[in-house]
Amino acid sequence: MPADAASRTPPTPDRALGAVPSAGLRLPSWLVTLTMLLPTYAWLTLAILLPLGAMLSFSFMTATPLGKKEVAFTFKHYRAFIDQPYLIGVAWTSLLIGLWTTFLCAVVGFFTALALARATAGRLRETLLILVILPFWTNGLVRVFSWTMVIREGGFLDLLARSVWPDAPSLGFLYSLPAIILGLVHGYLPYMVLTCYIALVTIDDSILEAAESLGARKWTVLWRIIVPMAAPGLISGSVLIFVPVIGAFMEPRILGGPRGVTLGTVIEEQFTQAFNWPLGAALSFTILALVLGIFATFSGVLRRSSSL
Amino acid sequence: MTAVDVTAIAKSYGKVQVLSDITTHFPEGSFTSLLGPSGSGKTTLLRIIAGFVIPDTGRVTIGERDVTRVPVWARNIGMVFQSYALFPHMSVADNVAFGLAQRGVKGEPARREVQRALEMVHLGGFGTRKPKQLSGGQQQRVALARAIVTRPSVLLLDEPLSALDRRLRQEMQVELLRIQRESGLTTIFVTHDQEEALTLSDKVAILDRGRIVQIGAPAEVYERPRTRFAAEFLGDTNFLTGTVAEGRVSLPNGMRIATASPLPTSGAPVTLAVRPEKITVAARDAAPQDGLTNRVEGTIIASLYSGTALTYEVDAAGQRFKIFAQNRDAQPLARGAAVTLSWSPDHTVPIEDAP
Ligand SMILES: Nc1ncnc2c1ncn2[C@@H]1O[C@H](COP(=O)(O)OP(=O)(O)O)[C@@H](O)[C@H]1O
Ligand SMILES: [Mg+2]
Repeated sequence: MPADAASRTPPTPDRALGAVPSAGLRLPSWLVTLTMLLPTYAWLTLAILLPLGAMLSFSFMTATPLGKKEVAFTFKHYRAFIDQPYLIGVAWTSLLIGLWTTFLCAVVGFFTALALARATAGRLRETLLILVILPFWTNGLVRVFSWTMVIREGGFLDLLARSVWPDAPSLGFLYSLPAIILGLVHGYLPYMVLTCYIALVTIDDSILEAAESLGARKWTVLWRIIVPMAAPGLISGSVLIFVPVIGAFMEPRILGGPRGVTLGTVIEEQFTQAFNWPLGAALSFTILALVLGIFATFSGVLRRSSSL
Repeated sequence: MTAVDVTAIAKSYGKVQVLSDITTHFPEGSFTSLLGPSGSGKTTLLRIIAGFVIPDTGRVTIGERDVTRVPVWARNIGMVFQSYALFPHMSVADNVAFGLAQRGVKGEPARREVQRALEMVHLGGFGTRKPKQLSGGQQQRVALARAIVTRPSVLLLDEPLSALDRRLRQEMQVELLRIQRESGLTTIFVTHDQEEALTLSDKVAILDRGRIVQIGAPAEVYERPRTRFAAEFLGDTNFLTGTVAEGRVSLPNGMRIATASPLPTSGAPVTLAVRPEKITVAARDAAPQDGLTNRVEGTIIASLYSGTALTYEVDAAGQRFKIFAQNRDAQPLARGAAVTLSWSPDHTVPIEDAP
């Protein structure tokens, strides 16, 4: 009966799905599909669903299941923001860092990409692009520590300043929010440059020339034509940066020192020092929910404005 | 609505001389085509008038105003590109309103102007659409509306129709001509399509390797080409090369050809151009026609049938002729037929450059 059903299925879908047409044994098409999709699903399960599932179940436990303590079911970690109000301040700091980093990356990244896409040509452009992407290829820890050498009191920044003006006061700003933001902007800028660059190179020169021929000056062309047309790049770059920056812990810890308490560092502490995996997991999921909520709101607004 | 003048324009990129010594007057309200093969410098000349390219030497004046050093945005031009170049993130109406906004025209007056311009290109109901929701022909009409709504001093078009298919292109040619006549804009139109140039223009300027080799009314440049290049670029031509003798041109095979145009002194080498459709081909024994005093005898060596017309190749004592004949006779002339070719000295044009 199954063999019968298989032979009655039209031959085209089988061939389209890659089954061997001349083989004596003909597999039903759903089986072929399943076989082909299996590696993908297996990978998704292994890489995303399993760890996420494990974390999700941890977040409902009273204690880390690896210890000797009795483990029970609880919601209390999701009440952390109410039970430990200092976390709200921490979240605010993280949000500020996220917004400032994203904003600065957007401004710097956009104009860097614009310069790359418009002002240069050929080999030079490719070389500059690689230079911009270089932070991607350097070890994050090295990158961040090298900043501490530059911006600490008596660091390279001060040396430079005092070589110009020997009595200059220290410009060092290590262990501050600006230091954290500087480190994050440096690390995440390539995302913005790349997404903006991709959006900008697709803008045909003649579109800009058309605007100019209609009487628009450079500044108008920038704001009315280039920025709106690069908006998809700016948005995807912002998403790519904002999400990991909210959870970042290395830059706040190293460049922020005592000031660098963020959601990222709090979560990291739960896993590495406090051995409170459930709280860490619950905080992670809270952030995830918040970020998803923000994007859901935003994408709705964006879709409405772009369909006008 | 202003005359445009370019004077002694030259431009080179590195060692490549793209334009040399271009001096031309584009009269107020006229439609002028810049016609030439790819790479002849048409676009460069147009972009110099627009201001995107600064010439090495020479002047551009629009009306009374010397604009050679004036930036593009201050030149009050309208420009249409081959690629349409519409702003993809704006509606059709916003595209058209863009130039008005730069001139401070906003709100209700702008809306009225936009609507008028869109109606002029038959897109009155399309204002709220996005460019990508329109066909290629419609997009180019929007681009045209956008370029003329500001009443520019000069309308510049760079091969605006070459991205369209043949039928649409012909429709758009008619539209373009109507709009140009209605608006009375001084128009400069770049094309490499000689038929398009002849159909649309008041004047055709033929460019060859960065020089204007001839400029004149379509019939003038077609009927009286001044150079071999101009003659060939505007259509098929028979070239007859010989020397001047007793007020006629004698060819190496002994034929003596008369022309209505003045000839150089006796003994000088000269090349004559005769368009294939000007030559009448008849069986050897047919009666001669009045006025067609140039007569040579030959044999048909090829005959090409294409419905409305016939193309013959004729060998006349070693001189090859190409002839276009209307498909009028009951029986087309067959290969090998002995024929007489005749044409008027009026249609026999000496060309200036060496053979
Ligand atoms: N920006 C440029 N840099 C170098 N060469 C150019 C540039 N623009 C045009 N050219 C050269 O100038 C010549 C004429 O080009 P163009 O004016 O575009 O011709 P057309 O429009 O008649 O095809 C071509 O040989 C082209 O390669
Ligand atoms: Mg061109």
